[in-house]
Amino acid sequence: MTLYFLDFVLLSIGLYALVVKRHIVKKILGVAIMEYSVNLFLVLLGFKKSGIPPILTKDMDFETFIRTAVDPLPQALVLTSIVIGLGTLALMVAMAIRLYERYGTFDMDEINRLRG
Amino acid sequence: METIIILHILLVFMIIGSIITIEIKNMLSAVIAIGSVGFILSIMFLFLGAPDIAITQVIVEILSLIILIRSTINVDNVSIEKKEEHVLSNRTTLIFVGVILVFAWFAFRSLPPFGEPLMRISNYYLNNGLRDVGATNFVTSVILDYRAYDTFGEAMVLFVSISGAFAILRRWKREQHKDFLRIDREH
Repeated sequence: MTLYFLDFVLLSIGLYALVVKRHIVKKILGVAIMEYSVNLFLVLLGFKKSGIPPILTKDMDFETFIRTAVDPLPQALVLTSIVIGLGTLALMVAMAIRLYERYGTFDMDEINRLRG
Repeated sequence: METIIILHILLVFMIIGSIITIEIKNMLSAVIAIGSVGFILSIMFLFLGAPDIAITQVIVEILSLIILIRSTINVDNVSIEKKEEHVLSNRTTLIFVGVILVFAWFAFRSLPPFGEPLMRISNYYLNNGLRDVGATNFVTSVILDYRAYDTFGEAMVLFVSISGAFAILRRWKREQHKDFLRIDREH
């Protein structure tokens, strides 16, 4: 419960950076913090108390393994989500570099003013 | 019980690192701080019983640091700190974020308690994965057999985003495009 709440505090820090900051790279860092928070939340939902990773070895009893293994489904989907986050971050940084070459600044308000 | 205390300590460190990231003035220091946050997240995945995601998180974090340092290494890397009153000023945004946090505290009570997941579908995967797929790592069996179309879509999304970044950053063909624009302006 408190872990969920602290995770949501992390997401709200990313949202604050995305709304308030004027530097484009800081906005991108806010999006990255939100991605970390959501991935961590989905993995926390599948955690069991005194759980083991869902990997079966030779000396394990199968029934005990089923009772104590953590949830493998959120882990698989979060693995997909992490890789997609890398792709979107590369696209955002490419757009930021192109904007800097065009306008000579990273400030959002300055870019809006230069566009007229 | 010790695992939960360790997770709390690591999450508090992640929050401190995120606050340093968004409030520091030098941009290179901000990028390094968010790198520390990502590596702490990888350690948390290890404690949560997810070694596959921990390995993936380390690799993706190193690549993200390379990309972000490329964006901030050759430019004026000092953050903009002008004291102007916007419509969405800092104080108003903080008030709204606090309201969202209060409502989230009530919303988290309706979730199942921490440490007791539902596992309706995952029980089927755990019971029959060894017979259907034959992999002893059940995350692998979910990714590559039960949900293989998701992995295919992930590869497609990654290819499209990287090709989009390449199309934005390329230099050849852009010169011809500039000439066309100049001719249009002359007429």
